[in-house]
Amino acid sequence: MMQAKAQPEKRIVTGDYAAAYGALLCRPKLIAAYPITPQTFIVEHLSEFIADGKLDADYMAVESEHSAMSACIAAEATGVRTHTATSSQGLALMHEALFAAAGMSLPIVMPVVNRTLAAPIGICCEHNDTMPERDSGWLQAYCEDNQEVLDMVIQAYKIAEDERVLLPMMVCLDAFILSHTVEPIEFPDQKTVDAFLPPYKPKHAYLDPDDPMVIGSFSPPEFIQEVRYQTEMSMQRAREVIGEVTEEFADKFGREYGGLIDTYRMEDADVALMTIGTVTGTARDVVDTFREKGKKVGLVKLRFFRPFPTRELIEIAQKVKALGVYDRANSFGSGGPSWIETRHAVYGHANIPILGFLAGLGGRDVTPEDVGHMFNHVLDAAKGEAKHPVTWIGTRGVEP
Amino acid sequence: MTTVKELPVEDLYTSGHTACPGCGGAIVARIAMKVFGPRTVVYNPACCMLIFSATYPLNAFKVPYLQVLFENSAVCAAGVKRALKRLGKDDVNVVAIAGDGGTADIGLQALSGAAERNEDITYIMYDNEAYMNTGIQRSSATPFGAWTTTTPVGSVRAGKVEYKKDVPRIMMAHDVPYVATASIAFPTDFIKKLEKAKAKKGFRYLQVLAPCPTGWKAETSKTVELAKLAVDTGLWTLFEYEDGKFTINRVPKFSPVEDYLKQQGRFKHLTPDDITRIQQWIKTKWAREKALEQVYK
Repeated sequence: MMQAKAQPEKRIVTGDYAAAYGALLCRPKLIAAYPITPQTFIVEHLSEFIADGKLDADYMAVESEHSAMSACIAAEATGVRTHTATSSQGLALMHEALFAAAGMSLPIVMPVVNRTLAAPIGICCEHNDTMPERDSGWLQAYCEDNQEVLDMVIQAYKIAEDERVLLPMMVCLDAFILSHTVEPIEFPDQKTVDAFLPPYKPKHAYLDPDDPMVIGSFSPPEFIQEVRYQTEMSMQRAREVIGEVTEEFADKFGREYGGLIDTYRMEDADVALMTIGTVTGTARDVVDTFREKGKKVGLVKLRFFRPFPTRELIEIAQKVKALGVYDRANSFGSGGPSWIETRHAVYGHANIPILGFLAGLGGRDVTPEDVGHMFNHVLDAAKGEAKHPVTWIGTRGVEP
Repeated sequence: MTTVKELPVEDLYTSGHTACPGCGGAIVARIAMKVFGPRTVVYNPACCMLIFSATYPLNAFKVPYLQVLFENSAVCAAGVKRALKRLGKDDVNVVAIAGDGGTADIGLQALSGAAERNEDITYIMYDNEAYMNTGIQRSSATPFGAWTTTTPVGSVRAGKVEYKKDVPRIMMAHDVPYVATASIAFPTDFIKKLEKAKAKKGFRYLQVLAPCPTGWKAETSKTVELAKLAVDTGLWTLFEYEDGKFTINRVPKFSPVEDYLKQQGRFKHLTPDDITRIQQWIKTKWAREKALEQVYK
């Protein structure tokens, strides 16, 4: 039974602000950041919160993103909640440290503004920054709008710090489309967040002279494989935790996100398209347009890339005649990462065409017409008329 | 002033570590831990000391210990210290102990950042003048003429052609509360400097010459003797930069530099000209250090 809630504050803010405010509500004790080109406003907002006395935390203005992640690792290993944010080049510079954070089971939470990774150098949206980190042991969630950004940062700490998980987590948001664009969103109050997210009190990793612990030992082959297995098990257990946290969040905050995936008009869909990030919003409209024309299409929103929603996608694939998968990053020589993983996930469970679509790379707009092309391809595939396994949409000199 | 005899008998850096015979770095850790005591967190980067001290499931440090990566010692130590303060444990010292490669080369950015922010940590560089852990490759702290596996002795080029990077002077340029050089051959001086570092707040930097018989191609019994000769010949000056004042702690004897060089295989290819150059370098360095004493009175 839903309890009556006080009317939450509503404000019109950017995705950057939403991410920063989400972090503020989680009361991190240490924030370390560096403004690599391209940087984001997230850490500026956080430093303003500290300067204004709204957030009681150390702000370490370090000398690189590598150092930002290192400082978070060290402070988190000491036993406090930490936060940082980055995008594209900064994330790439952190690469080495990302693996250390996950291998040490440190539940750091980091919004990543998805931007194109050079070259060519650019500042707009592409997922080729976060996708290469899919094997780092970090959980990854991708957001559709600014409300989801704020809500995901809060949920991210809850998921990451759960004793069954204890892995770091990225909250990914599309550059400019979310990061620099204002939307009206609800701001949860501090009391509700405090009740949802207790203070961080680690039992597994801390540095305390009264109870000495070694963190970061050199490990011979006799031990490392078990650590890798533990990380895999944590990632598997995260599926269940994400489900629980999604439910608890819906109960306490009144917004339900679906868990690893969300769906739109899938109840009686013949074919489906899976999207990631902000293209989902565009695709919802396109689904409505197709439905008006009598075409039974549906939408799957990929919310978590790690852990990957294997079971959920098998269920989807067993219901539809064809499935399209949209990616905003390409694994050269193969295809989009979500497309690759979806085919892998449903292999042996459903024998349907699964098409890959690439669009919006480098921040190019993905229009309703582009998404319409994707649906048309999937509808053709359902009739046994699939053209290519992977189609580049909106590319000069390439027919969509 | 605490002497070696007055140090605690108990070791917080224990025997059983797996350093090579004659390792200068292990001596640095042992003395440092005697001074810093049990209310300390130690950070090591990926370096010799990690391998010979903290190979799972053993650890020679009887205090909380962290290692993350190679190039981030200063920022990691700073992150630990800030977190400890947040947890109300401000009395705990945080000491980073890192080699010359992890400090003077790949770690210099993080070191400079931490020094500029005046992070409240002690950073000890155990200077064995090359990347010993990875197989004796040249670092910027390798001295002129020295053989390493990446400054081999060939027919057209022999040994390192550049001079040793002066990291203490770089640290002085950050105007941190304390910068000092030390030597394991002068433990009383080293202990005094560790005690000063421990007592101070803000960023403290110690660089300790720590001979590596394995990498220097020297007798394992000569570690302390070589460390002493480095000071006596004037190659390694003991000084302090304390709250803006520069003090030379020991005037070298300026004994012939060959006495030091000839005991090490890494220098055996040097020509008389090379040795003259090194002797000249000592003169220039000493003149600069004397000048610094006048500038920073």
